[in-house]
Amino acid sequence: MAKIIAGVGSSHVPAIGAALDNGKTEEPYWKRVFSGFEKSKEWMAKTKPDVAIVVYNDHASAFSVEMIPTFALGCAAEFPPADEGWGPRPVPVVKGHPALAAHIAQSVILDEFDLTIVNKMEVDHGLTVPMNLLFGQPKDAWPCPVIPLAVNVVMYPPPTGHRCYMLGKALRRAVDSYPEDLNVVIFGTGGLSHQISGPRAGLINSKWDKSFLDNLSKDPKKLTRIPHLEYMREAGAEGIEMVMWLIMRGALDDKVDEVYRFYTVPASNTAVGHIILENARKGAGTRKAAGKSKRVSAGKSRQAAA
Amino acid sequence: MARTRQDYDDIPGTFVFDAERSREGFGINMFCMSLMKDDNRKAFKADEAEYLKKFRLTPEQAEAVLKRDYNRMLELGGNIYFTAKLGATDGHSFQHLAAVMTGASQQDYAAMMLGGGRSVEGNRSRSGKPAKAKSKAASKPKLKSKPGLKAKSKSKSKSKSKSKSSAKRK
Repeated sequence: MAKIIAGVGSSHVPAIGAALDNGKTEEPYWKRVFSGFEKSKEWMAKTKPDVAIVVYNDHASAFSVEMIPTFALGCAAEFPPADEGWGPRPVPVVKGHPALAAHIAQSVILDEFDLTIVNKMEVDHGLTVPMNLLFGQPKDAWPCPVIPLAVNVVMYPPPTGHRCYMLGKALRRAVDSYPEDLNVVIFGTGGLSHQISGPRAGLINSKWDKSFLDNLSKDPKKLTRIPHLEYMREAGAEGIEMVMWLIMRGALDDKVDEVYRFYTVPASNTAVGHIILENARKGAGTRKAAGKSKRVSAGKSRQAAA
Repeated sequence: MARTRQDYDDIPGTFVFDAERSREGFGINMFCMSLMKDDNRKAFKADEAEYLKKFRLTPEQAEAVLKRDYNRMLELGGNIYFTAKLGATDGHSFQHLAAVMTGASQQDYAAMMLGGGRSVEGNRSRSGKPAKAKSKAASKPKLKSKPGLKAKSKSKSKSKSKSKSSAKRK
């Protein structure tokens, strides 16, 4: 049977993608950001998921204002990188997993979450930046197929944190009922605190971010009760995209092991947050080699906000 | 028709892109979306006012676009992810746009970000109603021009090693 083995939370700041694409990773400003993901790449290389589900949002690339689906599941065989105004990012085409995606669509919709099915879609930095941060910069192909789940966080209101958390649980049930043995990692992306619009642009709230990460690990249900107004007030108008992390969290066990965390301010206009959570291992037979001893849990790297 | 009053209108310096603005700003956003194609960028640059006619903007919206008044575009229904495409067409980095919207120079804005960003203290609420909004930071210096919006004090200098110039686009 397929199973979700771990969740990854990561910011998806476009400037991170630009820094990668323009060879700026060694500049001190960017090194501070990228160094926080070195251990994560090691973790991912050992974990070797068979499939990744990436929860992200589109930024006026695939969806304009003509149609704004709340939850859109990518069921295609591939998803080319979108041209966001500077030409498509030089990253491999994202290969999908149409069979698992179709199963998830059927399971989740019958579970009363009315997903939009997308059979043709380009993906922007919201999806490809976190993939670079965890998988590095492969030239020809990403190491595993990806099922994109695009969430509307651009037009208010996005789905509530609670709805996102419950969708995560429905995704979990869907994956659990897929007959093939597959290890699945789920990404929640976006955030952390940032506001990039209007006179209040530049807002960062590290204290709130830290509390969010703490609760994500230990008490996610508490986060599901945060109203949208609080996200926008405390974490910035665009910080509301943090609800997407709750889809990832909902898909994991109630109790998880936090194996890694990283936080730094800023990347361009945004607080960068990152966390890796693993489901506690309970004598699973079909799991791959990445045993407990190999985890990077030794030292949680936390880089305090400047 | 007057805009429906919303609880989030209490957040200072913020135009929440809701369904009402989405409807009102449809033309602005579709215009911005059109700038993803090079031919359209050229056509726009060749005659901006003429190009805009295709998108049925209100006179106020067209004026905001032509004047590059980014806050006004947001107020009239533009969304930042869309208006950023106009900024890119003009050859500006995202951080340049952010600075423009806050009324700061790009240098000051970048310095504020390196110093930890704009503090939420004093920037939570217009009405001052939320309990947490009691700010002890009332005496903090403002980041130039925008009334009612407090910038984080620039005296924070923990971020020595960080290069300002590399903060290109968001």
